[in-house]
Amino acid sequence: MKTAEHPFQFEAASYLTRIGNQLATNLRELREGLEKCSDASIFNHTFQSLGRYHFLTEGFSNDFAEWALSALNAAELAEQLAALDIRSYTELTDVRTDLLRVMDDYSKARPNEMERHAFEPFYFCETTEVTVPLGGEARTLQEFRNGLEHLSNMSFHFHFLVSRLRLHLGTNDFSQWFAKELGLEALALRTNRIDVYTHTLDSARDLLLHYVDRELAA
Amino acid sequence: MSATKTETQPTKTEVRAIPLTDYIPLLGEPEINAIKTLANRLAGRKVMMVNSTAMGGGVAEILNRLIPLLQELNVDTRWDVITGGDGFFEVTKAFHNALHGGLYKARKEDFEMFIATNEQNRARLQFDREFVVIHDPQPIALIEARQGKEGHWIWRCHIDLSMPNQEVWEFLRAYVFRYDAALFSSPSFARQLPIPQYLAYPCIDPLSEKNKDLEPSYVSSVLEKFNIDATRPILTQISRFDRLKDPLGVVRAYQIVKKYVDCQLVLAGGGAADDPEGGAVLAEVRQAAGNDPDIHILDLPPWSALEINALQRASTILIQKSLREGFGLTVTEGLWKKKPVVASAVGGIPSQVIHKQTGLLVHSVEGTAYQIRYLLSNPALAARLGEQGHEHVRENFLITGNLKRYLTLFLHTAAIS
Repeated sequence: MKTAEHPFQFEAASYLTRIGNQLATNLRELREGLEKCSDASIFNHTFQSLGRYHFLTEGFSNDFAEWALSALNAAELAEQLAALDIRSYTELTDVRTDLLRVMDDYSKARPNEMERHAFEPFYFCETTEVTVPLGGEARTLQEFRNGLEHLSNMSFHFHFLVSRLRLHLGTNDFSQWFAKELGLEALALRTNRIDVYTHTLDSARDLLLHYVDRELAA
Repeated sequence: MSATKTETQPTKTEVRAIPLTDYIPLLGEPEINAIKTLANRLAGRKVMMVNSTAMGGGVAEILNRLIPLLQELNVDTRWDVITGGDGFFEVTKAFHNALHGGLYKARKEDFEMFIATNEQNRARLQFDREFVVIHDPQPIALIEARQGKEGHWIWRCHIDLSMPNQEVWEFLRAYVFRYDAALFSSPSFARQLPIPQYLAYPCIDPLSEKNKDLEPSYVSSVLEKFNIDATRPILTQISRFDRLKDPLGVVRAYQIVKKYVDCQLVLAGGGAADDPEGGAVLAEVRQAAGNDPDIHILDLPPWSALEINALQRASTILIQKSLREGFGLTVTEGLWKKKPVVASAVGGIPSQVIHKQTGLLVHSVEGTAYQIRYLLSNPALAARLGEQGHEHVRENFLITGNLKRYLTLFLHTAAIS
């Protein structure tokens, strides 16, 4: 079994939601908020909310889409906002740009909709992240498996999704380590394809465990 | 949370411990390990929590569970309760109602009594802790004990400040500004403040009498006790008899549903015995129910947690048709029990009931009736909502999540990592 030169460090990740002083009561205000809010706010309502609501595998994508549907019954806009796949982003600036593009397209097509009062306001919030090393390192795939099995949902989310923003690559901590440290390119690719939109964090982790077990058995 | 009158003697409170490991079957070992890992960084650090009552009310209930868990994790946590006379607690009750938007005519002597009682407690209590968490407005002026920027002071506000009486809020705001951070139960409850404000959902304890798993035989015995038929659908609203909970609206919704489905309605709660308005509302509900034998109106005493648990577990659908609501912990309890919930989109309820995902939100009597009928004829959907509601609570509204949030806040505030 190959031993990694650099061990995998599992982290315990925990999050606070900071309530902002900004809210939107219609789509125009949402668009303004999207333009002005911090990156931490874009993160909170996209990457973080996907983790927070991971157990909803039918129809939940991000807070903006959810609000457009539930507070404004704007199904078409909600669909467009929900179609943004956060796995394809490595920079929050790009997420913001695409959210604004969707809003602008909708505004051009349905200008009257922009002032319609929402049933509930949208509150812009930010995520504050705290990470602490979980202790214990993995140098082999077997050790990695043992660590993965004891990883909480938020830690899995941190390594699997949030890592994209940290690495600025279209991949995650696990795949990066498999490929770079263990030379397991196929496992890295398969791991990166796990769809967190149709899996819960629990089932995504179970699937990764299954892939690792197959690799260990090979 | 209510500003309940307390005895004048207590300072440090005795609390009952449930070990953290007891939560492993519900949350999994990884989550408990994550909590322990965060806590390790805070081992030996000193925390004090201050509120205005040791018993009764949601805040005391939460602290009774939270503090032993912090202590088990070697975070040296002390719980102090402020003392005051009847006059002080009458003033804080008036403040509480005013902050919720109720009528209040400010009197200079009220503010003076508030300040004087906080001063007395400041002189009596020891503020020798790194982290000081002050709960709700009653002890807010204890911030005067802070020497310069010493320690980390956090104000945990459990009440809805979205539409406060301006005079009371202006008075309190001067103190709030001096804290390092504030915690609110919902973004909609917060105010525009120059200090960081964080979201801290209220929580339930899954191992408490009100929420723990029950033997089916016990659930059956409770139904028998109240003459409720286990073989027909049971619609239930658990709440005190209060107009803001709209029990009459629930009866009307049930009467609409009853035209289509042979079902029963349970309205269970307390507060009628010691609240004149509660008694009047109860009488109105009884009148609206008429002689329908399938409407069960249960005025339960405060020690009925197990029976309420059983009624929730026996129900086909849980209703919370409030006209106004705080956070709505009865909704949390229902979701935890994997029940489909039909609830009004008010207060903190939309944080819990994500429409068509973890329950159904409604805005009228007719809408309530329609969604109940819809769920009764779609049991698969009802089951899915129940499952997802349970997961939502597991992730966001349990005492362990509250514990983790405090640990994270302490780590963040003190820049420890």
